[in-house]
Amino acid sequence: MTVSRTLATAARVLRQLRHDPRTIALLLIVPSLMIILLRYVFDGSPAVFNSIGASLLGIFPLITMFLVSSIATLRERTSGTLERLLAMPLAKGDLIGGYAIAFGAIAVLQSLIATGIALWLLDLNVTGSPWLLLLVALLDALLGTALGLFVSAFAASEFQAVQFMPAVIFPQLLLCGLFTPRDTMQPVLRRISDVLPMSYAVDAMTQVLHHPHATAAFARDAGIVAAVAILVLALGAATLPRRTP
Amino acid sequence: MVNYNPHSPGDTTTPEPAAAPAAQIAGPAAQAPRTAETAPGPAVTAEALTVVRGDRTVLRGLDFTVPRARITGLLGPSGCGKSTLLRAIVGTQAKATGTLTVLGAPAGTPALRERIGYVTQAPSIYQDLTVRQNLDYFAAVLHPGRAHRTARAEPVTRAIEDVDLTSHADDLAGRLSGGQLSRVSLAVALLGAPELLVLDEPTVGLDPVLRRDLWTLFHSIATTRGTTLLVSSHVMDEAERCHRLLLLREGALLAEDTPDALRTRTGTGTVEEAFLHLVDEATR
Repeated sequence: MTVSRTLATAARVLRQLRHDPRTIALLLIVPSLMIILLRYVFDGSPAVFNSIGASLLGIFPLITMFLVSSIATLRERTSGTLERLLAMPLAKGDLIGGYAIAFGAIAVLQSLIATGIALWLLDLNVTGSPWLLLLVALLDALLGTALGLFVSAFAASEFQAVQFMPAVIFPQLLLCGLFTPRDTMQPVLRRISDVLPMSYAVDAMTQVLHHPHATAAFARDAGIVAAVAILVLALGAATLPRRTP
Repeated sequence: MVNYNPHSPGDTTTPEPAAAPAAQIAGPAAQAPRTAETAPGPAVTAEALTVVRGDRTVLRGLDFTVPRARITGLLGPSGCGKSTLLRAIVGTQAKATGTLTVLGAPAGTPALRERIGYVTQAPSIYQDLTVRQNLDYFAAVLHPGRAHRTARAEPVTRAIEDVDLTSHADDLAGRLSGGQLSRVSLAVALLGAPELLVLDEPTVGLDPVLRRDLWTLFHSIATTRGTTLLVSSHVMDEAERCHRLLLLREGALLAEDTPDALRTRTGTGTVEEAFLHLVDEATR
């Protein structure tokens, strides 16, 4: 892996996005709109908005980056650019790293807007630092990118790729503790939720919500999300075939 | 099966491949003591090259050489294994057995990646980048680092000029026509001044004038830069423009010779007729 090839790849991915302003607008605006929507759905019970809102700030980047990166890598595979790049002196890590950096940067921007609106316009009450919220959001975005890159190896078409979103993301969404605390779930489901990375993303957000400083539990949860993201990124790199079967 | 294009500019515009010295093409035995850089042997040497894809044997024990600084045409009908053979040479084909030596090293050696330019059949470029942005990125992959930024600008501009797209340099690739797209793809392969250029059907769907221009470019690349070109095509009249030919059919090598020698040997007027003659001979 070389840093300059990774950065060149990240710059290229961002340059591609720049030619697609509608996608940028959707990426940046939709999460904020959803947070605003949520605020007024729970107009009568601000406590519910408070707990769900914080979690959603972490879940949005995960979902959007999952979708964007699975389609982007699928396009790279089907257009032949992947074959060309891998026939060049480019390490698989350069490609994966480039995507992670580019989508990570978009996610930071997306989260800045969504978090800013939630905290200062919608009066979301967070005890901890907004920077910790942002950190978790960034880790979640990396996790989403990693999962998206990985599943795109199993998709032969865009139709299949978008179906992986309900298949991979929805179960995690139901089990992550967003709708009901995880320890009130049926024990088997709780065990399953213990091994799903989104659970730790939500737990980390909950820690920031309730504690003024980064707790040990926060560090553990954030660490798990980061570790899973890196592991899945490595798995994703392994699915890039240098050779045609 | 065998395509013939009636709009071909024909022999009059064909750059003269007469200088092709068949004598220079010596077998691997004639090679000097091996040092990877200066090995004077052929650019590509294949011995008993076999490729299996799934349960199908796509290439069956091929033996051939590709001489340096010449244009070798790989011709045969669609589906005969041309792309698979090219991928094997570039090193992106799995399950290749036998011996395949490319520029003095076994095919697929990582160090070969920057010495080979490869153009796939489909234009493999980013449609949501401009022509220049595409080339800038691939150039950065070949010669990474901020320090080389100015050194990269010149080859990028030259590659765009080579394929005659200067007036479209800042257009989005997605807005270009099919022929223009494949020329962008070709320009990417020209970037690193590779020693071996592997082109998979580079002239498909191009108009006759453009095809002639590209072949002129191929010849100038071979003579002035000393680059070895391996060009596949299923259009037989393109064979006349090559120094040397590999005729492939159903994964087996039908002939390996110069166009002149092929026509003389089979007593035919065109390479297409020679091909048909050889097919008849083989199936008789």
